[in-house]
Amino acid sequence: MPTFVYMTRCDGCGECVDICPSDIMHIDKTLRRAYNIEPNMCWECYSCVKACPHHAIDVRGYADFAPLGHSVRVIRDEDKGTIAWRIKFRNGKKDMELLAPITTKPWGSGTPKLADEPVPSQEMRDSQLLFNEPKYIRMDEGGLHTLESNGLEIKRGVQY
Amino acid sequence: MFTSNLFAELSEVISPAMMQGYIVLMVLLVMGGTILDMMHKKSAQYFFENAKKAQKSAKRSVGGGEKASIAASVLVNEVLTSGEFSNPKRRLSHLLTMWGTIIFIVTTAIMIFGYPTPATPTPTLLPQLWHTGALMLAVGGYWFWFAIRVDVAAEGLPWFRFERADLFILSLLATSTFALIWSFTGGGLTVFFALFILSSTVLFGGVYFSKFAHMFFKPAAAYQKKITRADGSRENLPPDYDLTDPEVQKKFPDVPMYMGKNPPKMGLCIKAESAKHY
Repeated sequence: MPTFVYMTRCDGCGECVDICPSDIMHIDKTLRRAYNIEPNMCWECYSCVKACPHHAIDVRGYADFAPLGHSVRVIRDEDKGTIAWRIKFRNGKKDMELLAPITTKPWGSGTPKLADEPVPSQEMRDSQLLFNEPKYIRMDEGGLHTLESNGLEIKRGVQY
Repeated sequence: MFTSNLFAELSEVISPAMMQGYIVLMVLLVMGGTILDMMHKKSAQYFFENAKKAQKSAKRSVGGGEKASIAASVLVNEVLTSGEFSNPKRRLSHLLTMWGTIIFIVTTAIMIFGYPTPATPTPTLLPQLWHTGALMLAVGGYWFWFAIRVDVAAEGLPWFRFERADLFILSLLATSTFALIWSFTGGGLTVFFALFILSSTVLFGGVYFSKFAHMFFKPAAAYQKKITRADGSRENLPPDYDLTDPEVQKKFPDVPMYMGKNPPKMGLCIKAESAKHY
């Protein structure tokens, strides 16, 4: 499902060009608007769709399983820390809305400040444990956390 | 120099009727160019078809009063203050260029129609505004041309490489630059006046080939966008949720479970840095 750009909404800011992991979003040299230079190479990661400040990028579904009339659109709101999807089915009746958190604390606040950490001792250097292990894998609370230790089990089949 | 009406002084050589005729001709050229542009790009057709399509998925109808307040907010936010630009540099440059052009064109028309000869003395404010407008246009325009536009700022292309799409900005820049040089060199029928007229003719005559017509369709598009937000169709985009709303929290229990009942502002994330790596 390659991406495409609504030319009337794009203002050529370059956010999609910047974020595209395949480097296939480019700015047209004449029209100064973004476009997908190689739709075959698009892996539908939706990065550009989410990054576009004007919601000018959409994803075109393959005609065999997503015929005309459907719509999948998204707003990634960094400030609120959520992602919202709206999926309209092609029968025009089902209009589904989804909202999920993408962060639980302010951006960047969970990044370890390595410069402020004390220099590791020789013993720590020789150890097989990585930085902040076992604290980060919580073995210090009594072994690895597993589904079993938490009283959970894997549910078989597709879950809705 | 900044206080005299150069067009009144010029009336000794070129008759005021001729100058007024030129202004009327330019207005007609802009109107004709815009209509041709609309017919060629089918932008009006697309606009109305899109509006009809959006209306079909509307969740509520927007009343006349609400439409008027939306039109007023488009006028204030999008038209008068260029609120659609996310990049503050581009917004400032656009404001300088746009207001410079408006002040420059309007004062030119007032001076030519209202004070055509030295017999009717021009208030000093008008020539001052004319120069200020031209200067604002030049500052905003050259800033855009040399530093802000995508080709130079991001694509790494040299500033002197241009396309047909640049006709608008280049003719705008030429008009303001030659107008200012014409004024600094004392006015009159000089080569700079000829270049000023040539560049302004290209500017107004080239509407069909340039992006000048955006002053008409951009406000219409902004108005339509706000209407889709008001009627709930939102171009099929999801709603703008209030995370503290109990209804939203009930519908999406993950939000209060992981973020709390009153989630804090999370900051800028990728918006902390402008796009510059391409």
